Amino acid sequence: MHADEKMTYETWPAAPEKATLEAKNKFLGFWLFLGGETVLFASLFATYLALKDKVPNSEHYLAKDLFDLPLVFMATMLLLTSSLTSVYAMYHMKNFDFKKMQLWLGITVLLGAGFLGLEIYEFNHYVHEYHHTFTSSAFGSAFYTLTGFHGAHVAFGLAWIITLMVRNSGRGLDLYNAPKFYVASLYWHFIDVVWVFIFTVVYLMGMVG
Amino acid sequence: MANHQPTSGNPRVDIEYRRKKNKEEMKHQVTSFSLMIFLTLIAFFAVGYGYSHWFIAPFIILLAVIQVIFQLYYFMHMSHKGHEAPSLFLYSGVTVGAITVLAFSTIIWW
Repeated sequence: MHADEKMTYETWPAAPEKATLEAKNKFLGFWLFLGGETVLFASLFATYLALKDKVPNSEHYLAKDLFDLPLVFMATMLLLTSSLTSVYAMYHMKNFDFKKMQLWLGITVLLGAGFLGLEIYEFNHYVHEYHHTFTSSAFGSAFYTLTGFHGAHVAFGLAWIITLMVRNSGRGLDLYNAPKFYVASLYWHFIDVVWVFIFTVVYLMGMVG
Repeated sequence: MANHQPTSGNPRVDIEYRRKKNKEEMKHQVTSFSLMIFLTLIAFFAVGYGYSHWFIAPFIILLAVIQVIFQLYYFMHMSHKGHEAPSLFLYSGVTVGAITVLAFSTIIWW
């Protein structure tokens, strides 16, 4: 099958994300990238664990004084739900339903934007109410590098999905863009995988000391 | 296996079969989503109730690992055929990552 072939509901393959050679390469290359991302985030987690609550004097707030469970819970629910909505988008992609795929991707983007909004509010709150900044302590540096890197991934993922949606809005689905949507959804799930460990290791374990 | 295509010779029948398979898979996805939400709730409640630190830390990490397995194998389709290379890449990353975390969290004991 060729990437530029005009597809119909009848000719749409069962696994459009791997139907062409380019798609297969993209799939393989992207998983290699995710393996690298795992190492990247693991090293940031390791740094955070080593520097948690390492502050120069007692005037600085520690993890258990800073974090707010309801806010983190809200953020977690938003991101977890956005992971499911992107599964719905890929479900419609496999059934060659471009409009429904776009709709679910749109919902995913809204939920992701909600998460990002909460995180910006949270950081702003820490900086202004607690003077917990990137340069205030080793703890601050490690915290903002880890959560900030994740937040940057969310922002990049949003920009990526929005770009794909806009760029292909007039084209409909074909074997050229289906792998692109699929890979973007893998990236989005991976962001959620990292967040599961962030809310557990940083926030929940931070609350119990 | 959702991507399996029967060769009945009638493409219309094949498509109906595939659609049905996709729908079934989507149901499993919703089930795993519910389980993930449930695990998240347990983790937050466990911390909210304030059990001992020595119990909570390993417990919520275990919940996180289970949740991530759901995410990888269902949402990211690693349970499907043709994911041998992705598994190799991911588990290599996890191995290096685990050693890094182990090294950094033990080096601060001295």
